Amino acid sequence: MKLAVRPWLAGVALWAVLAIPPVRHAFESMMTLQMLVQIPLLALAGWLLAWGTPAWLAQRVADWNQRGISGLVLASLAGMVWMLPRAMDAALDEPAIALAKFLSVPLLIGAPVALSWPRAGFVVRGVFLAEVIATALRLGWLYLISPERLCSNYLLGDQQLLGRIMLAIGASIILVLAWKLMWGRIDVT
Amino acid sequence: MSVLRTLLVSLVLVAAGVGVLAEATDGFRAYTTETARRIHVREHPRAVPPLPLQTASGARTDFGALRGRWLLVEFIYTRCTTYCSVQGGEFARLQDELAGPIAAGKVTLLSVSFDPARDDPASLARYQRLHGARGEGWIAARPVDAADLTELMGVFGVVAVPDGLGGFVHNAAIAVVDPQGRLVAIMDWDDAPGAVHYVMQRLAP
Repeated sequence: MKLAVRPWLAGVALWAVLAIPPVRHAFESMMTLQMLVQIPLLALAGWLLAWGTPAWLAQRVADWNQRGISGLVLASLAGMVWMLPRAMDAALDEPAIALAKFLSVPLLIGAPVALSWPRAGFVVRGVFLAEVIATALRLGWLYLISPERLCSNYLLGDQQLLGRIMLAIGASIILVLAWKLMWGRIDVT
Repeated sequence: MSVLRTLLVSLVLVAAGVGVLAEATDGFRAYTTETARRIHVREHPRAVPPLPLQTASGARTDFGALRGRWLLVEFIYTRCTTYCSVQGGEFARLQDELAGPIAAGKVTLLSVSFDPARDDPASLARYQRLHGARGEGWIAARPVDAADLTELMGVFGVVAVPDGLGGFVHNAAIAVVDPQGRLVAIMDWDDAPGAVHYVMQRLAP
């Protein structure tokens, strides 16, 4: 029998690695790492985990998730909560909030995106991506110009670095999309 | 059918999401920990435990002994060379502007070190001298043991982060403790006029 790596097992493994205290503390030592590495990796763990969804359950979910809209709404709302400077602070100081982060980011952001993105058409994807770009640019700008530390646990320089990278991310997504629109293949469905 | 069900689920999710966001931001008022700490203190005054302190003269006192008057409290570490140097100056200014109530024993200024391992009484005295402390009414002190420091920082919501250069970055502020020993307000560290106004308003008969 061929030993196939099951994606959902990889998701569980990734989640477990991220939860190891030294790994967790390393990623939470900087605002930039928590927001742009730890939280995205937790979402990735949930995304991989969703590959293990049994077919019958995936069908039941799909019945309530026309074009992936419900799932992307859920992921956007959960994402908004973890973008609050307060939430990032509290995830360091309060064990209950840390647990909420480790459960909600994979299950309420990564997994719904995995179940919804393939079902989303051109318009839904476009709206979602426009919101991602706008959020990256808005928050990036805020972090870059705020003279005050927005997180009590992080340094101002760290916050400004995060701001610069988020502006770069927003700009990069725009460039990739522009490239796709001009020269790529797009299925308008 | 699937469209209607999706609409229904999405509306429920949005309603739940707004509810969670409202909860997480104290009704869309506090997006940062610092704002939240100020709102919580104002709306739910916290009792300050009667923890012991060692003052710049080496004497012992405690938060219990300091009850019965208004306390304006700042958290410091004396090696700080950045804005804390101005923070100390603000306290000297408070000492001038509140000279009357201080002399009457109705107000005391208190600088508490969150770096007690290095801030011995001599350092605390030097800090006060450096920032122009005059006469009585301004106590500089350090918590007596590490557990007390942790508890005190928890009650006041003080967070100090190592700045990578041997110092700290901290959420400096002027905290107001009322005569019953309750933390009732937190102001910007450079808002001495606001602190004076707050206390004078409540001292007026």
